[in-house]
Amino acid sequence: MTKNITLNLISGRSIQQGVAIEGGKEKPAYRTAAGIIELDPSDLKKLGAWKNTNVRVTSDYGSVVVKATETSQGPHPGLGFIPMGPWANSIIDPNTYSTGMPTFKGTPVKVEVAINEPVLLGIELVQKLCGVK
Amino acid sequence: MTKTVTDVICPFCGTLCDDVEVVISDDGKQLLEVYNACVIGTEKFLHSQSKDRVTRPRMHQPDGTWKEVSYDEAAEYTAQMLAKAKKPLMFGWSSTNCEAQSVGNEIAEISKACCDNTAATCHGTSLIAIQDIGLPSCTLGEIKNRADRIIFWGCNPAHAHPRHMSRYSIFPRGFFTGKGQMSRKMIVVDPRVTDTAKMADIHLQVEQGRDYELLNALRVAFRGEWLPDVVAGIPKEKIRETADLCKSGRFGIIFFGMGVTQSISKNHNIDEAIAVTKDLNEYTKFSIMPMRGHYNVTGSGEVFAWQFGFPYSVDLTRGFARYNPGDTSTIDLLTRGEIDAMFTIGSDPGAHFPISAVKPIANMPSVCIDPHLTPTSGVSKLHVPVAFNGVECGGNCYRMDNVPIDCRKVVEPPAGMLTDEQFLIKVRDRLKQLKGAA
Amino acid sequence: MSEYLIKNGHVFDPVQGIKGDKKDIAIKDGKIVDKVSSDAKVIDAKGRTVMAGAVEIHAHIAGPKVNMGRIYRPEDKLFSCTPTKGMERMGGGYSIPTTFKTGYEYAKMGYTTAMEAAMPPLFSRHVHEEIRDTPIIDEGAFPVFGNNWFVMEYLKNNEIENTAAYVAWLLRATKGYAVKLVNPGGTEAWAWGLNCLSVNDPVPYFDITPAEIIKGLIEANEFLGLPHSIHIHPNNLGNPGNYTTTLDTLKLAEGYKAKNKFGREQVMHLTHAQFHSYGGETWANFESKAKEITDYVNRNKNITIDTGNVTLDETTTMTADGPFEHHLTELNHLKWANIDVELETGSGVVPYIYSPNISVCAIQWAIGLELALMTKDSMRCFITTDHPNAGPFTRYPRVIKWLMSAKAREAQINAFKHKDKVLSASSIGSLDREITLYELAQMTRAGPAKSLGLTHICGGLKPGMDADVVVYDFNPEKPVASPDLIEKAFSRAAHVFKNGVEVVQNGEIVSNGNKRTLWVDAKVKENPQVMRDINDKFLKFYSMTQANYEALGHHFIPNPLAIEVDATQV
Repeated sequence: MTKNITLNLISGRSIQQGVAIEGGKEKPAYRTAAGIIELDPSDLKKLGAWKNTNVRVTSDYGSVVVKATETSQGPHPGLGFIPMGPWANSIIDPNTYSTGMPTFKGTPVKVEVAINEPVLLGIELVQKLCGVK
Repeated sequence: MTKTVTDVICPFCGTLCDDVEVVISDDGKQLLEVYNACVIGTEKFLHSQSKDRVTRPRMHQPDGTWKEVSYDEAAEYTAQMLAKAKKPLMFGWSSTNCEAQSVGNEIAEISKACCDNTAATCHGTSLIAIQDIGLPSCTLGEIKNRADRIIFWGCNPAHAHPRHMSRYSIFPRGFFTGKGQMSRKMIVVDPRVTDTAKMADIHLQVEQGRDYELLNALRVAFRGEWLPDVVAGIPKEKIRETADLCKSGRFGIIFFGMGVTQSISKNHNIDEAIAVTKDLNEYTKFSIMPMRGHYNVTGSGEVFAWQFGFPYSVDLTRGFARYNPGDTSTIDLLTRGEIDAMFTIGSDPGAHFPISAVKPIANMPSVCIDPHLTPTSGVSKLHVPVAFNGVECGGNCYRMDNVPIDCRKVVEPPAGMLTDEQFLIKVRDRLKQLKGAA
Repeated sequence: MSEYLIKNGHVFDPVQGIKGDKKDIAIKDGKIVDKVSSDAKVIDAKGRTVMAGAVEIHAHIAGPKVNMGRIYRPEDKLFSCTPTKGMERMGGGYSIPTTFKTGYEYAKMGYTTAMEAAMPPLFSRHVHEEIRDTPIIDEGAFPVFGNNWFVMEYLKNNEIENTAAYVAWLLRATKGYAVKLVNPGGTEAWAWGLNCLSVNDPVPYFDITPAEIIKGLIEANEFLGLPHSIHIHPNNLGNPGNYTTTLDTLKLAEGYKAKNKFGREQVMHLTHAQFHSYGGETWANFESKAKEITDYVNRNKNITIDTGNVTLDETTTMTADGPFEHHLTELNHLKWANIDVELETGSGVVPYIYSPNISVCAIQWAIGLELALMTKDSMRCFITTDHPNAGPFTRYPRVIKWLMSAKAREAQINAFKHKDKVLSASSIGSLDREITLYELAQMTRAGPAKSLGLTHICGGLKPGMDADVVVYDFNPEKPVASPDLIEKAFSRAAHVFKNGVEVVQNGEIVSNGNKRTLWVDAKVKENPQVMRDINDKFLKFYSMTQANYEALGHHFIPNPLAIEVDATQV
């Protein structure tokens, strides 16, 4: 039985993500910067995972594998942060509620350990989800 | 020997630093070093000349490979696509200059397209609020010279606008703020203890998504009225302390970002933040400013507005401009399946849209104009790389406070590459022929 | 280049003193000429009125606050959109038209030159981008100086020559046309939430009064000999009783003589005088002081004014008088935008509804018309609506109707809900003067052109001048069946020529012409101190580098017309 925790997911900029997108989104540095979920140490403990373990994050809108890191901008127990990018956007709430703006901040998600599942590269992830070669 | 180009404008974020210095080789061809820019800007300049750069347009083949085509062939595909589509969408515009945006507008008008910029996923909700309540604001130099109360609400400049605090908002010694950081009090509102929050005099670690209540509570506190013990996770004493600190200043500013534009109350959050600012003007001087993301999203809004009347989410399909966020906005148009051709420029919806809005792009004729390889180019049928605006060509851009700065050309683009504007002119001229326009 | 002969029209040209005589106007190579060859295209102007293209001396049509108005008022576009049609790009906006629509609407009414009333220097690129995207009409823009840190510091020490050197530098850096003052001192005070409501209120910190700023800039302007005089929006705009502040402001011009090579005779242009001619102490006893203002202007020949007529529309107010806009939003609770600009100025935007059912609005309407009707010299009083503040410029034909027809005014007065209040608070009911076509030409063509120092270029039909010519379907010899026909005739010209190119035919755009951006290039003696001060302030206080401030490349001003001024021998 896999342990899982529920969190509130937000997404936004990080300086590493900014550098990585200018370096090229096809590169591994982009995955290192944005294919992650930053967790509070107490949430990592609840999950029963070491930091830098791959995890699967699932919402009502999708599911994605990212690397769980320990946050450097905490504490924020109960909050998970995935930097803006295709990993976050495969699971955040796309509903705009007539404002035109998706709900990038504030999506309930379930997180479980996924040690053997790989984190995809950025462009690769989007192409896969869109069924494009 | 090397040469140094000074007063270079960094084309990354809305901070639009214009004091960057770039050292280039004597023959003017190589970018060697970058001074004064933050790490992101430095990467942008230096990476522009990386060896693996794609320098010619290419068409995505069914088997997943790419076939190089000429710019003329690319312009032909693009013009044909726009001419044939019933409801094309031209999205992005935020990472290119105003001259290109203007040609793009001509194209949108001729092809009766929907056009939109990255405000759709950024400060679009701020624009909706501004259209309801207005915007008391100022230029960044006013902050530098006068402000002694700085609030960062739902934004993290340490990460997203790295030189903002040193150039404008916290550290500079301005005319009336000679003690620099010591002249100022800093308040940060954020559900995380961000690197920005760590510098604050007061950090309100608000419960995520409940900024509206906290903003409203501040307005109550200004008036000295009753508050519940805790609002949005913040104890009422802290709320009153914050309110008093704001009122005691002589010039305050609220900078705000995605924490309030993208969380559930969206435009209502911004409306309330602007109301807080208006209220504070009864006690002292206060302004509010959105932290714009892309370096020229503001410019795209300005050009759309003076040419069509609306700052984003503009629908030209009936031959005149219409605007109705939620109806004419990109995400909704895509997820409702109303678009039959996608033109992306100066942005990356593939990476930054919810995936349900990206899937339709992959299933229709699509063009992506971008010097980089991105998830958008990865799912588009045609990828047209162009010169880096602000590095390899100049052009006007608008900073987050609406101040226009003319970007400089530092080096030539790789041989044979076009700029956005040059490619768009080709598309426009061909489109005019196809449509039989004058 | 093309030749045209506009035959048999009734010509009204104050530059040559022609008062409706039947005369042919000949156009060749963009200029008015004495005669043309038989190849000239003939335009039949029989039974029609012929005038030079009109000159708009003050409107807010290009720049950051104008665009802020567009951005934050999507409702302004409801019911006012025009589709792409032939040569015309699509347009929208009633009180703040988009740039394409602005150019077309001005041209269709026979306007061929317009001045953007207030350019915040830091934003000059934005102003020029919008000017570039406004088709057909020549334009210039007035940078604002009345709250500028350099100006206040130099004038505190009475350093006129340094002020003049800075003015020349700024006009060049921003490609500006004239010295504009808006609420002098008060907008700098507004950066701290304060204001200067009289000419003697000192500016916080800078400790200089508006009177000192105004006098100093008059002296600097005449030192340079610029084509236009200072152009001033005085302190205390919009408040009951403010006519005293206006008279105090006008009196500062006493004793000064205009010094220039452009034929300009005034040293001060008072703009949108309607907003500055208020009596009473509160809105309850609000009344017109137009007579006091026009009496003064009639006696003092070194002043010109423009009216700022209220048109009784829903419109958008926008001005560099930041504190006034805050005051207005507190009054009407409509959405308020504000943009304070470092070291230079500020601005505000608030929608406003001039309802004929509100007595104050009706009295404001009366004041604007009184000013025009009570000014004796029509070469010194020009028609504006301070677009869009008192109303959209597209209402000029209606204002003209009110000025030319006492009957039309009477009909409007009778339609007011509080007609009696209007009649007792103003003298509009007793004014039966009707502006003649010649006076109209003075007030909308020759007068503004002369005030701007453009007398040799536009505003008239003298051979040698630019061929900006308008033919209206209005027969001066036939009695007007109904005043509404005046409005109709002036709404859509039969023909408009700009620099000799026909741009409007039967009210439709037929060419975009080749518009120019007018700016003033004033040369002064080298002034190392001012240059050092400029370097210093950019290094320490501006948020932009000096090199980037001065960068105004060709793509902003594709077709410049620089008016040269040599002030090196002063």
